Amino acid sequence: MARMTMIEAIRSAMDVAMGRDEDVVVYGEDVGYFGGVFRCTQGLQQKYGKTRCFDAPISESGIVGTAIGMAAYGLKPCIEIQFADYMYPAYDQLTQEAARLRYRSNGDFTCPMVVRMPTGGGIFGGQTHSQSPEALFTHVCGLQVVVPSNPYDAKGLLISAIENPDPVIFLEPKRLYNGPFDGHHEHPVTSWAGHPLGEVPEDYFSVPLGKAAVRREGSAVTILAYGTMVHVAEATAEETGIDAEIIDLRTLVPLDLETILQSVKKTGRCMVIHEATLTSGYGAELVALVQEHCFYHLEAPIMRVAGWDTPYPHAQEWDYFPGPARAGQALRDLMEA
Amino acid sequence: MTDAPRLSLHVPEPEVRPGDKPDFSHVSIPKAGSVRRPEIDADPESMRDLAFSIIRVLNREGEAVGPWAGTLTTEELMEGLRHMMLLRAFDQRMLMAQRQGKTSFYMQHLGEEAVSCAFRRALQPGDMNFPTYRQAGLLIAGGYPLVDMMNQIYSNDADPLKGRQLPVMYSSKEHGFFSISGNLATQYVQAVGWAMASAIRNDTKIAAGWIGDGSTAESDFHAALVFASTYRAPVVLNVVNNQWAISTFQGIARGGSGTFAARGLGFGLPSLRVDGNDYLAVHAVAKWAAERARRNIGPTLVEYVTYRVGAHSTSDDPSAYRPKEESEAWPLGDPVIRLKNHLIRIGAWSEERHTQMEAEIRDTVVSAQKEAERHGTLHSGGRPSMRDMFEGVYAEMPAHLRRQRQKAGV
Repeated sequence: MARMTMIEAIRSAMDVAMGRDEDVVVYGEDVGYFGGVFRCTQGLQQKYGKTRCFDAPISESGIVGTAIGMAAYGLKPCIEIQFADYMYPAYDQLTQEAARLRYRSNGDFTCPMVVRMPTGGGIFGGQTHSQSPEALFTHVCGLQVVVPSNPYDAKGLLISAIENPDPVIFLEPKRLYNGPFDGHHEHPVTSWAGHPLGEVPEDYFSVPLGKAAVRREGSAVTILAYGTMVHVAEATAEETGIDAEIIDLRTLVPLDLETILQSVKKTGRCMVIHEATLTSGYGAELVALVQEHCFYHLEAPIMRVAGWDTPYPHAQEWDYFPGPARAGQALRDLMEA
Repeated sequence: MTDAPRLSLHVPEPEVRPGDKPDFSHVSIPKAGSVRRPEIDADPESMRDLAFSIIRVLNREGEAVGPWAGTLTTEELMEGLRHMMLLRAFDQRMLMAQRQGKTSFYMQHLGEEAVSCAFRRALQPGDMNFPTYRQAGLLIAGGYPLVDMMNQIYSNDADPLKGRQLPVMYSSKEHGFFSISGNLATQYVQAVGWAMASAIRNDTKIAAGWIGDGSTAESDFHAALVFASTYRAPVVLNVVNNQWAISTFQGIARGGSGTFAARGLGFGLPSLRVDGNDYLAVHAVAKWAAERARRNIGPTLVEYVTYRVGAHSTSDDPSAYRPKEESEAWPLGDPVIRLKNHLIRIGAWSEERHTQMEAEIRDTVVSAQKEAERHGTLHSGGRPSMRDMFEGVYAEMPAHLRRQRQKAGV
């Protein structure tokens, strides 16, 4: 075991995967020599050479499109889009090509590819360095969508994603890159040092896709969260004193519905929290599923806490970001409902 | 204040519209054999002129002339003629099948048969094409079974794609034919990625990307050229300029650029323009570009100058936007007739043998059609199972899809 930040864990996952399988190639903007704007690929080019880890032109559809061709050839590209906010030029390639290649060719061609994208806000990133576009991927059949919330999962899930035979969208909450963040921006920044999930095996291991993790057991209410919001949910439970059960979904597609239903049937209440905007966000899907499967166990309407239906603002960062104050109020309302 | 006049928007128009007399006087066509043939490893800078000319081998008299002649044996040419005639006969039958309601949709290749049929011959086993919906000649010249093509068009119980794809969106890895997508230009950059993969693996295989004149306006065309140029990917980037993108004449996509081939120059790619209705010229240029890629010298952009004689698809009526007689006025003629005349000229062929082969080909296609129809057509007979609809979205069916399949009762 070693102490790792999420950045180091992600780098370690690619290092391990590249070492084990020479079909794994890593590329993207500034990913090669420089090692990535977030340092996630630092040292990989030196270790594996320029043809395994390299810099790409600034063309998201080019990066994703070439990766699809490489995957069809038989490689396993693990590519990077510098910010999830900049995936839109590649959306055609991701949704119409990568997602459907196996289906439309009846398995003649497949697309074992991972697309890493730093995501989420809480960093004064403004409109185009803060977005959480996961719902734009969960709606696309053929894609799998992963959002880790800590270094241990980030490494284990990324290794699973690289080994997965289908395309995986791997959203990395950049707010969590250097340390956990519970939404208390007024507190000093914390690091992963001392956090139990900052202890990460140096060698190969994996965390399966499609399996949620119960971060806190509780009996009063179930909170469904992923990414940065897992830490916000933990702080909220602590501060409100409400005995919440917190589920870190980890994979949005395929979803671990069993773990969710088991919890909600036990608690009778459910709150969904995500950074992404509310309307048609992934929370709506979670609410619909819980409602459909737990209707007779529910003691209150299911609550959603999310980003407002506005573009992500700059100056109003903390008015926008669903922190523990908003989450706490929602949780108290939910318990009184 | 300024004295500059008010601005006005320029919107290009074709020379003629329905009711007008076809006019191709603006298409400048060099004499066959007049365009030079550079060495395969020549510097792209040294052959910029080739992006503005047209490489041609067959002259008006049906003779093969000039530095690009002589890449094929007489037997290969006879086989090439057969491939083109087979594709044309196949198109005719499938067009009719669509009119008879046996399938929902079809797209023919009329006038463009030489491009894909001759190109296929320049590739080797293991190479991969990333075609559009108008390169079925790659399959026919590659020996893919006609019955399988028809099964796909009919979406019947023997459809290799299980009824999931619109007709003509074939896929065959074994035959070096990448799965066709309805989304234009996407495959162009994927071809570059496939070629990069082959280079990363130190393999010997090359890729070929395909795109039409209209789709060169898509951003993936530009992405493909950037990546191909940057990484010197072993890929041949083909632009089939058939003058029309549905109803839109090629000037709308080309803009102020002299030619589509010229677009490659800005990316440092050797860019060649070739007579797309000249089977010999297409093959010679394809072979040149394929060899360049195979020798790791780099990618090539090739523009095939041809004409889309038929409607865009079975859902299109070209008489609404271009003169009916325009295809007859097309100065590069018909690829089948031109190759036939050449073979007659060199004494390897005759009108009688040609007529005989036409009949044989018709029989071949009709019997393939009968066999395919035994497996059903779109609205009658055998069809893919409803279970097939749920399979193959992922390697392993996730729980939510299993639940949906159960709900659907399969």
